[in-house]
Amino acid sequence: MSEISIQEVVDNRPTGFRAVLSEFWSYFSENRGAVVGLIFFIGVVLIAVFADFIAPHAPNQQYREALLQPPFWQAGGDIKFPLGTDAIGRDMLSRLIHGSQYSLFIGCIVVSLSLAAGVILGLLAGFFRGRVDTFIMRIMDIVLAFPSLLLALVLVAVLGPSLINAMIAIAIVQQPHYVRLTRAAVMTEMTKDYVTAARVIGIRSLRLMFVTILPNCMAPLIVQAALSFSTAILDAAALGFLGMGAQPPTPEWGTMLAEAREFILRAWWVVTFPGVAILTTVLAINMMGDGLRDALDPKLKRS
Amino acid sequence: MKGDIVLEAKDLTRHYHIDRGTFRSPAVLKALDGATFTLAKGRTLAVVGESGCGKSTLARLVTMIEKPTSGMLSISGIDVRTADRATLMNLHKTVQIVFQDPYGSLNPRQKIGHALEEPLLVNTPMGKKERRDAAMNIINLVGLRPEYYDRYPHMFSGGQRQRIAVARALMLNPNIVVLDEPVSALDVSIRAQILNLIARLQEQFELAYLFISHDLSVVKHIADEVMVMYLGKPVESGSRDTLFAKPHHPYTRALLSATPVADPFRVKERIVLHGELPSPIAPPSGCTFHPRCPSMTDICREKAPETREIDGCRVACYHPKIYP
Repeated sequence: MSEISIQEVVDNRPTGFRAVLSEFWSYFSENRGAVVGLIFFIGVVLIAVFADFIAPHAPNQQYREALLQPPFWQAGGDIKFPLGTDAIGRDMLSRLIHGSQYSLFIGCIVVSLSLAAGVILGLLAGFFRGRVDTFIMRIMDIVLAFPSLLLALVLVAVLGPSLINAMIAIAIVQQPHYVRLTRAAVMTEMTKDYVTAARVIGIRSLRLMFVTILPNCMAPLIVQAALSFSTAILDAAALGFLGMGAQPPTPEWGTMLAEAREFILRAWWVVTFPGVAILTTVLAINMMGDGLRDALDPKLKRS
Repeated sequence: MKGDIVLEAKDLTRHYHIDRGTFRSPAVLKALDGATFTLAKGRTLAVVGESGCGKSTLARLVTMIEKPTSGMLSISGIDVRTADRATLMNLHKTVQIVFQDPYGSLNPRQKIGHALEEPLLVNTPMGKKERRDAAMNIINLVGLRPEYYDRYPHMFSGGQRQRIAVARALMLNPNIVVLDEPVSALDVSIRAQILNLIARLQEQFELAYLFISHDLSVVKHIADEVMVMYLGKPVESGSRDTLFAKPHHPYTRALLSATPVADPFRVKERIVLHGELPSPIAPPSGCTFHPRCPSMTDICREKAPETREIDGCRVACYHPKIYP
């Protein structure tokens, strides 16, 4: 048989980070809601970063002459306090702006904690299978069997009420989802030939787990991370509302709601604005997460 | 030297225990049940058989991904079952594998260059530049272009990917390469290119190939020796020329008669096998081929035949076809 030369098709699509990014963007931007969510989220991030410059007042500065002052467009309102003041004369707008820092902080810490722990446990379970798998997964089943907020409450009650403990509790409650996702993805990847090939080459377990397999399991994890970012904010607000999270006078949105509870009938603005802030931020992150899932899920991709 | 034995197996078996739920005892699946063969440097041993006959299990044993249940497997003169860890790690480098599916055998997140360099990275103290040179060298050798170094696997066609897979297998300078159906997933036009590449590399590096296939026309083209397997057992093995010219075992004859030959005037003996491949969990008694065998007699049902030598082939059958 002679060497037959056939002009091979050469794929000249650009490679590298920029190309991947632009492909990702073309999928992501198809979803209008996701883009709106992203823009809003970037806005929140900017507000949080520049809170000290944007906020008209310090978050805990009390103005004794302006207690429970309504927003500026209502009778009795003052442009000095655009969204009014609370029961002890603190500016609502400034507190909301500073509160965004806490929300993002909570989201980041909770997601990184639960992601790190979940990925490691899931990798171990999916990689070694057998008893390790059974042991880890049964514990995760137990954690999942509790209503999540109740378990978080119990954990905070044990650890003592503070923002840090609330974040740890929420991270523990959320981490089984990551374990399950990672385990499932690892089990799928383990059956593929490239993993066997890597073993034949002589790659040891640790490198195989973290360098070969893990990067191929990231897509569902990124989506879960984005979506649970909002759950973390919500849960932290709920714990704050119940007095188990951030403690007053921290301008955390959930804690602000709790403090304002008794004025709900007299001064609508003290409860409404923190609630709206939580609602819009969570909504924006969820919409962004949906777009992320569409863009990263290979099953939904058209080539 | 050409002709040195690099791979030897005696009565090699691999059994799997299959869990059938809490209340039933686990079943034993005899995926490989007594394979005996030798492979010399620079030669090709083709393993042929239906799906589920133990070909891929054999590949997993030879590449030391799994340990044999019993029997002897020696690679470059070292017995795999008794060797210590350090020796095994060294031995790992001498056996490499090329898989059937070129789409699953390359890590989708790894650039070609990195995929080629990784074996050197984890096994040798080579520096960055040396590794890159080695990778570039092998890219040339398998007929790829240097600019592919920075590309990802999804940008290549099946044939190009298979070249990359072959290149990766060669990075550690192995003695033995297991080719697990390396061309079955490729277009016929690409198939010849890859086969020629494989043959050229064998000549250049004196590689010993364990070529697993179900395609007899490919086997005829590339193999020196052929082993036909049925339900985990080799039924006939011998040199390619003898086996293709004078198939003795009824199963071999059936396989050969099923291969299309582009010759309209050839008179063909057509043997059609009936029934399915039996389950390896509950293999038939005696000769495992007897329920489908056209020349079956009572003894076949009772006792498994011994392997005997006929015309230089090792045949396990009571009623082989004898050629004058």
